[in-house]
Amino acid sequence: MAVTSETVADAMYAMIAEYQGKKKLKATDLTKAMIEKFGEAECDRQVCKAAIRTLIDSGKCVYTYFGGSYIELPHAEGAAQG
Amino acid sequence: MAQSGNNGTPLLDELEKGPWPSFVTQIKEQAAKNAMCKDLLALLERSYREKVGHWKHGGIVGVLGYGGGVIGRYNDLPEEYPHIAHFHTMRVNMPSGWFYTSASLRTICDIWERHGSGLTNMHGSTGDIILLGTTTDQLEPAFRELTEAGFDLGGSGSAVRTPSCCVGPARCEWACYDTLHLTNDLTHTFQDELHRPAFPYKFKFKCSGCPNDCVAAIARADMSIIGTWRDDIKIDQAEVRAAAQAGLDIHRDVCARCPTQCMEWDGNTLAIDDANCVKCMHCINAMPKALAPGDDRGATILLGSKAPIVQGAQLSAVLVPFVKLEPPYRELKDLVQRIWDFWCENGKNRERVGELVQRVGLGNFLEAIGVEPLPEMLAYPRDNPYVFYEEYLEAEGDEGAAEPAAQ
Repeated sequence: MAVTSETVADAMYAMIAEYQGKKKLKATDLTKAMIEKFGEAECDRQVCKAAIRTLIDSGKCVYTYFGGSYIELPHAEGAAQG
Repeated sequence: MAQSGNNGTPLLDELEKGPWPSFVTQIKEQAAKNAMCKDLLALLERSYREKVGHWKHGGIVGVLGYGGGVIGRYNDLPEEYPHIAHFHTMRVNMPSGWFYTSASLRTICDIWERHGSGLTNMHGSTGDIILLGTTTDQLEPAFRELTEAGFDLGGSGSAVRTPSCCVGPARCEWACYDTLHLTNDLTHTFQDELHRPAFPYKFKFKCSGCPNDCVAAIARADMSIIGTWRDDIKIDQAEVRAAAQAGLDIHRDVCARCPTQCMEWDGNTLAIDDANCVKCMHCINAMPKALAPGDDRGATILLGSKAPIVQGAQLSAVLVPFVKLEPPYRELKDLVQRIWDFWCENGKNRERVGELVQRVGLGNFLEAIGVEPLPEMLAYPRDNPYVFYEEYLEAEGDEGAAEPAAQ
């Protein structure tokens, strides 16, 4: 794999930021998008898994739950709003 | 401030009457020292009066690094019930088979007295220890104390849920495999999948040691692992006769209730046609001293059960009729991984694996995960006109007499 998990994490973060407030993205959505972006020869599920872990452990992104689990930028607790 | 207590909760007070323990009494006792519980009583009384629920859930899901283990709960009247504006649930991963020392239970309860409402469910329907009601700022401190005491959060959301099992060989003579060891092993092996939701929806493992299925795996787990045997039921004829002499009507209460009618009792000897036994356990349950599962033990792996959340309820269906389950369970784990790969690639949002199988078709699913189709996968293989055996069709084709195979 030529692409590093850090590179994939950056690309994932950009995608999450772009969609924030418009569409909630699951781990599977991000994984499929990254494999399509970088190509199967460059990026696989394990790299994506490591990238997601980097994003979550750093606090740059958080998991949320709204009928299913999503990955989003940290924000005020959704269900607590109104 | 809302009222609670005997004068403020007339409808709840009704639920304290009668001989059985009452959840109202439990919450009232705790309300004497915890403001959250006082508000909880008042809000529930209001819900009973108005016939309207005031809870919503979602949003926050865990502690730093985790994507599950916390179920965020909020009430929609936070100004009136401020102590339960947040009332989050924490799911704590229980030990296999729910074995605890009284000291460990006291430790958990002490932690929850310090950081939450002091109310628990032992246990939730997931099998986890459920700690009911805390605020967002108390999640990390509670988690820190729980981990220091040797506990961890369980699963929630689109992830592997905390695997659960019956008491297995620790307390049951009918366990056909070590449910406790397998559950512990699966929990450790799939920590990443348990704490970091990466699936289209939830995935549950439940392990029952025998077909009595005491954890109801067949109805409640995406992967139901149910102990079974493939040799003959063990019979102690002397004990069979002793059961008859003690008053058991073997013909009426055992043989006549066998679903495949594979047993005969002539008043002296019990005969079982084991080839037609479907391992229902009825006869063994009726005569536990006389009958026992065979010695060649293992498990049947079934897939796909679920409660009716998005689509209707399903029971699990046979995927692997028999497998010897012994550490390190490589065959089982490889199968699980192939199922997850296909599900992650093809599953829709909030689609359980059983629903995926129905949507794509069992044949396509089996081909994708590399499992050979078998008659045991069908409820009535001998009657089902949609089942074809390739060898049979090929043989007919060789003779030049067969019609093209119907689909």
